[in-house]
Amino acid sequence: MSLEETLAIELTVNGERVESTVPVRQHLVDFLRTELGLTGSHIGCEHGICGACSVRVDGAVVRGCLMLAVQADGAEVVTIEGLTDSGEIADLQEMFVERNALQCGYCTPGMLITAAELFDIGLPASRENIREFLSGNFCRCTGYHAIVDAVEATLKQRLSR
Amino acid sequence: MGEFAIGQGVPRFEDPRLVRGGGRYVDDVALPRMAYGYVLRSPHAHARIRSIDTGKAKAAPGVLAVLTGSDWEAAGWRDLPVPGGMKRRDGSPSYKPRFPALVKDRVRWVGDYVAFVVGETLHQAADAAELIEIDYEPLPAVTATANAAVPGAPLVWDDCPGNVCFARFEGDKTATDAAFARADHIVKHRFVINRVTAATMEPRGAVGDYNVADGRYTLYAVLQRAQGYRAELAQVLGVPESMVRVVAGDVGGSFGMKSAIFNENPLTLLASKLIGRPVKWTGTRSEAFLGDAQGRDNVTDAELALDKDGNFLGLRVKSLVNAGAYLQPGMPAFTGNLGTLAGVYKTPASHVDVTVVFSNTNPMRPYRGNGRPEAAYVIERMVDLAADELGLDPYELRRLNMIPPEAMPFKTSVTFTYDCGEFEKSMDIALKMADVNSFEKRRAAARKRGKLRGIGLSFTIERAAAGGFEGAEIRFDRSGTVTLVSGSHSQGQGHETVFKQLVCDRLGLDPNEVYYLQGDTDQVFFGEGTGGSRSATMAGSAFHLASEKIVVKATQIAAHLLKLEAADINFADGIFSSAKTNQTLTIQEVARAAADPSKLPKDMEAGLVSNAVFDTDTQNFPNGCHICEVEIDEDTGEVEIVDYNVVDDVGTVLNPLLLHGQIDGGIAQGLGQVLMEDIRFDADGQLLTGSFMDYAMPRARNTPAFHVESNPVPTKTNPLGTKGAGEAGCVGAMPAVANALVDALSVLGVKHVEMPATPERIWRSIQEARAG
Repeated sequence: MSLEETLAIELTVNGERVESTVPVRQHLVDFLRTELGLTGSHIGCEHGICGACSVRVDGAVVRGCLMLAVQADGAEVVTIEGLTDSGEIADLQEMFVERNALQCGYCTPGMLITAAELFDIGLPASRENIREFLSGNFCRCTGYHAIVDAVEATLKQRLSR
Repeated sequence: MGEFAIGQGVPRFEDPRLVRGGGRYVDDVALPRMAYGYVLRSPHAHARIRSIDTGKAKAAPGVLAVLTGSDWEAAGWRDLPVPGGMKRRDGSPSYKPRFPALVKDRVRWVGDYVAFVVGETLHQAADAAELIEIDYEPLPAVTATANAAVPGAPLVWDDCPGNVCFARFEGDKTATDAAFARADHIVKHRFVINRVTAATMEPRGAVGDYNVADGRYTLYAVLQRAQGYRAELAQVLGVPESMVRVVAGDVGGSFGMKSAIFNENPLTLLASKLIGRPVKWTGTRSEAFLGDAQGRDNVTDAELALDKDGNFLGLRVKSLVNAGAYLQPGMPAFTGNLGTLAGVYKTPASHVDVTVVFSNTNPMRPYRGNGRPEAAYVIERMVDLAADELGLDPYELRRLNMIPPEAMPFKTSVTFTYDCGEFEKSMDIALKMADVNSFEKRRAAARKRGKLRGIGLSFTIERAAAGGFEGAEIRFDRSGTVTLVSGSHSQGQGHETVFKQLVCDRLGLDPNEVYYLQGDTDQVFFGEGTGGSRSATMAGSAFHLASEKIVVKATQIAAHLLKLEAADINFADGIFSSAKTNQTLTIQEVARAAADPSKLPKDMEAGLVSNAVFDTDTQNFPNGCHICEVEIDEDTGEVEIVDYNVVDDVGTVLNPLLLHGQIDGGIAQGLGQVLMEDIRFDADGQLLTGSFMDYAMPRARNTPAFHVESNPVPTKTNPLGTKGAGEAGCVGAMPAVANALVDALSVLGVKHVEMPATPERIWRSIQEARAG
């Protein structure tokens, strides 16, 4: 059977402590998807260009395909499932639905996690800023218009609170 | 149920699931004891395989099976489907290449299928694939379309002379020659329409699961047509269709690319049968570039004949189309869609002459529009070129030649007969939206900022829902809630939402009590699938018919329960009532009664279930006006799209929110091709654009806000009045963006810029124009 070199890791995923033994060459996103069943993070390119696998590691958005699972040892990882459960982006998710900011849905979790980071940074809510910030995430379906609408509307809603 | 009525911008029922990461794509499928497959692809564009040694690979850790072309042959399964029935120039049958799932003695493109390795893990399968020893004898390759038909070009198939697969002619050559003979002006141009790839965000994938107990095959797949996939697979496997089940969940984009089976589908099934375990294959992005079917790619010479006043007299088009190394299902349709060349114009005579050639490149398939955007690009660029050459206003030249509504139905000189459309009106709305009258002021202001500003208009029309059939089913269960079963399959379009809208609106149902089901051949009774902008028309009409059947039967049941005649019963908003009684019944009450034979009229079958097939030999013709404004940085050649306006006519608008999305997405793909997307091979046939580092696609910063309005002219060719919307955006965008670029550069004397108009290419054309 397997002669894979493995290592034991301990990390927090969506607030839960996880211990696992993983192949040293397994990517973080593969670990999340196959070992933990967190299939909301999608694999789109495996070379860090498309952003579909974006997850949050220790507070920063990273490409799940450019980070090895072993590198996440000791880290705090949040995926779209965790962000959903915490309610942190509930307003953004609702706005994505209202504006039809998704079609096939494959890029959507990565897009949402990236947009959440934009909210944290607190850039002025101009459409140019939003477009620039989201430019690390490919969407092949929407032409981005509705995504920019949804992010802009959510930002404005938050600022008016 | 006004909230969900047809025409309302109802947010999608799909979305709450998808925004929470709850999509179920093929790579999310995990079956017990699942093994992993890896495709070993050809590193050569063209080579003979002298020998393959799989000994080391088979002995590698974790390896369960290594399959080669010999194993495929030994399995006794058939080739993948290859379309036939076309003809060559001399009338002989089209060349029909063999298409086995794994090749045995010759590879024909970088990415061709050489071996399939199955391991306990994907890593182990991939490691083992590296241990396969193959002795290749490289052969000369041909990749560029224009070179494939040159005498002496390397032959992709030894017994296919000149690499010509088939030819196709449309229109009337004699009449066209006569029109050209009496023309005052003839405008000519050669267009190179480049090769692009669908690059769906979800790469292809499959899980094959053979059940040894009952001998049945299950394939979890990405697709547009579950039933079609099953039929193709059954043919390859040589088993009855009933012994194959195809299941698809969410599909992460397709745009035509996933429309027919790929080699990996039967390979996972064969491997599963051989090792007695389910086998998953998931493509990487690199494999998507190497292995996916690609789109467009032709070289087209066009000539437009005009009289002295600018009336179009004739159109002559000669096109050389690249088929890639094998002929794929759907590819010949490209030539069928050439009818788009007629545009919205009265042009009395046209002749189109198309030759399809093989090359050592990825096979070609439909890609959003499948011939429509290419043809639209050619005719709408030609109109602008003619306007420029004759010194006419491009909008007025279109107006002069447009087919007026009163001429409908109008038989064009290429293929199609349009049933309806208000072209001039749509153009006038668009011209106003885009504030075309004050464009020159904007151009002058941009010039002061060092920018070249241009405006481009296209008015395009294309065929949608080109005949055929589609099935739909409405199942009330005994509690009165409903399952909708569709023969079409969404890859992101939002079928669930639109079909729920249609049925809930007619039957007065709460969409929260309706479950939508698609993509499982064990559940769908009849279906043709999605493609060619057909689903709203075909599946939508099928749901319409199925709803009417429900109303008819439920009315009979209600009449029986109320002890009245069916003619006395009214049905509205989900309630059966009658002027002859105060009693009413909801459709749910009727459905519950329908499950109890004792409550039904004698001889009536129990159950409130209907299925319907919408069957038509007509098609419809979505059309629209796109106006694009660009600014070009004179120093860098960089393009910014600064304004984009569309007036579309897709007939009855079922859901404007989703329509906007379809148009936007189509425009983005169209502008992507015109500005940046490009599949390139080197002289030896190596793919140069094999990753997202090399293949540019529009990002959020590259696309503008899209202003989309509708001028709906409902068609009478289907009960809903809809026309297709899926491809319209892409069709209109290619010429509109290209016309805007050329307009911006026209102050320097530039007449045309080839696609993709990268900053480098534009910068060079600026330099060349300056050099004079």
